[in-house]
Amino acid sequence: MTNSTKELGDAAAILAIGTNTTAAHPIVALQVKDAVKKGAKLIVVNPKEIELCRFAHIFLQPKPGTDVPLLMGMARVIRDEGLHDTAFIAERCENFEELEKSLETFDLDTVESITGVPKDKIAEAARVYATEDPASIIYCMGITQHTHGTDNVLAISNLALMTGNIGKPSSGVNPLRGQNNVQGACDMGSLPNVYPGYQAVSSPEHKAKFESAWGCALSDSPGLTHTEIFDAVHSGKIKSLYVVGENPYLTEANACHVREAMEKADFLVVQDLFMTETAQLAHVVLPGASFAEKDGTFTNTERRVQRVRKVIEPLGGAKPDWWITCEIAKRLNGKGFDYSSSKEIMQEIASLTPSYGGISYERLEQGSLQWPCPTEDHPGTRILHTERFATPSGKGKFMPLTYRKSAEEVDEQYPLLLTTDRSLYHFHGTMTRRVFGLNILEKEEQLKIHPKDASLFGVKDGDLVRVASRRGELEARAFVTDRCPPGMVSMTFHFAETPTNVLTSCELDPVAKTPETKVCAIRIERLEGARPAEVSDLSNQNRGQAAG
Amino acid sequence: MAGQINLIINDRSIAAREGMTILEAALSKGIYIPHLCHHHELEPVGACRLCLVEIQGEWKKTVISCKTPVKEGMVIKTETPEINRTRQVAMELLIADHDTDCLVCGQNTKCKLQQVADHVGVNKDRLGRLKPRAERLPIDDSNPFFDFDPNRCVLCGICVRTCDELQNINAIDFAYRGLGTKIAGFGNKPRIESNCESCGECVVRCPVGALTEKGAKNPTHQIRTVCTFCGCGCGLYLGVRDNELVSARGDRKSEANNGRLCVKGRFGYKFVNNPERLTTPLVKRDGEFVPVEWDEALDIIADRFSKTGPEEFATIASAKCTNEDNYVVQKFTRAVMRTNNLDHCARL
Ligand code: SF4
Ligand code: SF4
Repeated sequence: MTNSTKELGDAAAILAIGTNTTAAHPIVALQVKDAVKKGAKLIVVNPKEIELCRFAHIFLQPKPGTDVPLLMGMARVIRDEGLHDTAFIAERCENFEELEKSLETFDLDTVESITGVPKDKIAEAARVYATEDPASIIYCMGITQHTHGTDNVLAISNLALMTGNIGKPSSGVNPLRGQNNVQGACDMGSLPNVYPGYQAVSSPEHKAKFESAWGCALSDSPGLTHTEIFDAVHSGKIKSLYVVGENPYLTEANACHVREAMEKADFLVVQDLFMTETAQLAHVVLPGASFAEKDGTFTNTERRVQRVRKVIEPLGGAKPDWWITCEIAKRLNGKGFDYSSSKEIMQEIASLTPSYGGISYERLEQGSLQWPCPTEDHPGTRILHTERFATPSGKGKFMPLTYRKSAEEVDEQYPLLLTTDRSLYHFHGTMTRRVFGLNILEKEEQLKIHPKDASLFGVKDGDLVRVASRRGELEARAFVTDRCPPGMVSMTFHFAETPTNVLTSCELDPVAKTPETKVCAIRIERLEGARPAEVSDLSNQNRGQAAG
Repeated sequence: MAGQINLIINDRSIAAREGMTILEAALSKGIYIPHLCHHHELEPVGACRLCLVEIQGEWKKTVISCKTPVKEGMVIKTETPEINRTRQVAMELLIADHDTDCLVCGQNTKCKLQQVADHVGVNKDRLGRLKPRAERLPIDDSNPFFDFDPNRCVLCGICVRTCDELQNINAIDFAYRGLGTKIAGFGNKPRIESNCESCGECVVRCPVGALTEKGAKNPTHQIRTVCTFCGCGCGLYLGVRDNELVSARGDRKSEANNGRLCVKGRFGYKFVNNPERLTTPLVKRDGEFVPVEWDEALDIIADRFSKTGPEEFATIASAKCTNEDNYVVQKFTRAVMRTNNLDHCARL
């Protein structure tokens, strides 16, 4: 996030796009509701009628995968009506003319026909966003999980730049990061192309820095991404795979392919809390300590680094993940892996990561710190880009965009669009499914479907249906609701017995390499009899059919 | 000092902030005025009528202190024979309708009704004259994490206001009238069938034992840490008893959440002590997992990894693990395995 969660409460307008905030980020949602109570205008953009719509002044319901034309249409209105912030654009931005040119193709009639959203609603939303000051944008997976996810993000930043809604309180472009420490994992360089602090592996300067710090030779060619890794395992190029605390079988798009890949791996090591579906395929399984059994830090969605503390002793023989990795490294003669505590690791992180340079356990005892925090006397940074942008010129760059269709489209054979969603009660599945009460609150997967589609396919509320895509199939219970528009259905991916991701596509965004799990063509068919797996049953019983 | 108001409560000179109520000013200086329906995060409603005080001098009158703002020069008495009489009756009416088996109540020793009774003083004979409620109301135990016992409810409305003002969910409200008044979800159906999101914020604020966590145990100590579920990064205190997590409460000082939690943060910690947790390294032999010592497992891994070339190796790191875990795993992949084939699920 460029800004902080708390600031949302003071925004004059909030544009919430592609985020089911009350379910996925409940505490951020509280700030949004607070803002509305204080008089802020809320614009919700989502293909589905989500809970947040109850508080929205404007609700736009575009067809899935049409965010770029929608956002560009809004930009067009803002430009045409002269609502853009010319001073901010002149002083702090570049390339506005290029953007203006690309706006030509996004006249509202075209945008209406692509997105299905009435043009005066688009114009109204654009006016509210451009004139209420300050205005903040929040977005989540609904924006990034597309083949054109990167374009979506650029379209959002165009809007913020042209209205001067960046670099000041209660404004900004605010991606809500899903998992507790996605932000931190990225910051720490658990990515194929960067060292900690986003220092490129391909840069000779950064390579030299880390070679001298770690005392070894390093590779300057970026590695494979998540999805590419599984392809390489599948094709036999990658022989050994080390999986730390992940359950790709449940979370990865195109799960059948991933499962096949992992079955083929010569050597698979899985470190986790539970015998997950992925761990069952491993050659060696190592018991990791949970967040309550080790010291460390997490970095939340607002770049806030916070201390995680050991509350209880690790259960049985479980060990902190860093300890396990160090033990493997030492056996392979790795140098610099004899840390005595997580505190020592943070000292090394701070010495090599400029944005974490001023962060230490001593300071974190006094309270959390938001990076960038380059030096020991730096107070941390609540708002990014207040003076310059992180570009070579220091200016915010407008990006011209064109509309590209989603890779996957419906046809006669697969007439419905499936999008994946989140539930308030589960987080992926490994941990929450093992909390008895959370299972009671939501015990099985539901295929949410509009009454019109339901009657078209002869499905009634509570019926068991077979759901098939071009890649796999599974069974789920139908929940008939008008929260999904006609032509679209939705499911979560928290349930091992209904592994939604066997259906989803892994067409990738060409830049960010994010699989397109938000759009997938399917067909459904009502089943007689049989019930899906019971609550406590985490067995394989649906997998046979799923893989078929 | 700007915004400072000077007043006298029970003959003590007090400095309060402008905008404070008399009750807040008194409590902030350690002067107890009996109260039940007041909560510092919620709008005052003046439902319990226990916090009566007398304003003396030119403004002379009896007011409820939770709704009356302080004014310069006010002179206040929190106890007078008249106030004490009224308070006694208000309290007796509450207790007459309330279970008195305090020892088996989850809120025992933390209960605000006990505090009021202790201060005002309960007279058994007087209480005996009041007719107790004829029938016991059924307990709503439909929510998997907490119970609602209407027989212990004092109708202060704190839960209703929490759900409305703080959570904006409005799952519950006052239902029925007069003696039949109770807190209920839409249509007086079990709580699980309402739109309650089980955040537990109302449970935390209930001043008596009407809303209680299921199977609650008092921790022997609590440690401040961060929730492990989503990117909001809420600060919380986890309570421990005999190496088991038994409680979670929001950290009011955390800038991420100011003490509030969602259902996962408040109740989700229970996965930690789940008996299905892995507790020993396992090696697959002939298709079966066999428990082994750490050294053996690590040696096997080191041996296999040492025979793997940089191009043949990849790591999937985790967005659930700490920064330190991630730092070490990327250093290992790059420095020891000599490859950048490393990613995590950020893209998902
Ligand atoms: S648990 Fe939360 S949502 Fe449910 S009634 Fe209480 S405050 Fe409302
Ligand atoms: S308490 Fe809820 S909102 Fe807060 S971090 Fe945990 S899961 Fe997220």
